[in-house]
Amino acid sequence: MKNQTEEIVSTTQIRKRTVTGLLVFGLLVIVIVSMAALFSRDWNKSSSTRAAGIPTQFRTVLNANESIFDLIFSEQHLAKTYPVNDAVKNVRVNGNYGMGKNFDSSAWKLQLIRKPGDTIYLTLEDIKALPKTDIVFDFKCIEGWSQVTHWGGVKFSDFINKFGLDEQAHMKYVGLHTPDNAYYVGIDSKSMLHPQTILCYEMNGKPLPMNQGAPLRLIIPVKYGIKHLKRIGTLFFSNHRPPDYWYEKGYDYYSGL
Amino acid sequence: MQQRTIIKKHPLAIRWFHWINFPVLAIMIWSGLLIYWANDIYRLGWGDKTLLKFFDAPFYNTLNIPYRLAEGMSFHFVFMWVFFLNGLLYVMYLIFSKEYKLLLPNKQAWKESWQVLLHYLRIRKGMPAQLKYNAAQRIAYTVVILMGIGSLLTGLAIYKPVQFQGLVYLLGGYEWARAEHFILTLLFCLFFLVHLIQVIAAGWNNFRGMITGFEVVKKADNITEQEKASEQETNTR
Repeated sequence: MKNQTEEIVSTTQIRKRTVTGLLVFGLLVIVIVSMAALFSRDWNKSSSTRAAGIPTQFRTVLNANESIFDLIFSEQHLAKTYPVNDAVKNVRVNGNYGMGKNFDSSAWKLQLIRKPGDTIYLTLEDIKALPKTDIVFDFKCIEGWSQVTHWGGVKFSDFINKFGLDEQAHMKYVGLHTPDNAYYVGIDSKSMLHPQTILCYEMNGKPLPMNQGAPLRLIIPVKYGIKHLKRIGTLFFSNHRPPDYWYEKGYDYYSGL
Repeated sequence: MQQRTIIKKHPLAIRWFHWINFPVLAIMIWSGLLIYWANDIYRLGWGDKTLLKFFDAPFYNTLNIPYRLAEGMSFHFVFMWVFFLNGLLYVMYLIFSKEYKLLLPNKQAWKESWQVLLHYLRIRKGMPAQLKYNAAQRIAYTVVILMGIGSLLTGLAIYKPVQFQGLVYLLGGYEWARAEHFILTLLFCLFFLVHLIQVIAAGWNNFRGMITGFEVVKKADNITEQEKASEQETNTR
């Protein structure tokens, strides 16, 4: 390839072109900087320009990201699993939201809302009657750390079949609340029905400890830890996004891996 | 009337790609820092000995980094598209305009880049003959494209590790992919620093090229024949 094209011009021309170039460039910089300034002013306002903690435009893009990565999502894509011996003994406890102060594990029942006005209560024994599934996987926190951990419980898809929830499973979302309703998540049904998603009652082969959400928690390897709700009190189905604790604080609703 | 030879150095498209990329990359690095803060485990050192921790409290506090993870993620996953699309268009432009021939390292580039370095260090006098970019620039600007691709791939691996498990495996696992993403970011910062110094050292004429597209040919004898003639004419009168 030849070197760049040469041109002979007068110094006046050079000056003229330089000034024009700088003016256009400066104008663009001013436009962008003022847009950014307006944006950051909106950012700090808790006004109608925000959607759950972040500006509406950002929320729109994050939701678009969800639609895009939903296309790639497949039940065939499994989280990597590890031998049981790789699982850590000291499992990190990263939060106690929704754990309650004087929670009585023995009185616990799962409140399963099949339809508005049609609620049943299940004991841990009802759930344990289903086939048990163990999973050892790399639990990933949205903060950036991860830990190989070992969990045991009932596949959510088995749970759906057992309790005649096929119709409900066709709805878009599943909502979960802690017994005190202080922590709550909403999860797309596709991710809930993923073969590695379990209603978990064991950790490292022993009953789930209190600080890990005894007696029953969610383990969903296709999501960040914020979605693995500890101590499930209520479970329901919806075609609209159920409320989500961290979503309201500005995090991505989908939070899928 | 005085006249000068100018060369069309940077096509308009490249100037746009460059100046879009600059603030976008800055946003990506800043928002990445907001995310990294939540699990800031990297350091330079061995065993218990730490030479440099990434990063210390004064650094975070000065830049107002702490407790902004959600904000950082929202910025990162919005502007990633701009970074990706701008980079993709840039690479496509390089290919279709054949501009890549001026940018990719040529056969002599490895040998010559050494001579260029010696020249910058004031050890060697002249520069090897070059077209648009010298050998060191060819290498640096090609590497920085590869770094961009690397950032996108390592980023994708830690963003959707279950959906792209094969990619995570190739990068050495989830933890490694995160570390690689971080190291690439440090390299971008290093690139920026060197680039900035070089641009300042090269001076106004070179910098103007990235805005207006043209550069005045720097030759002592950059006075055209016509000009000489007209000067002579003036003198004779």
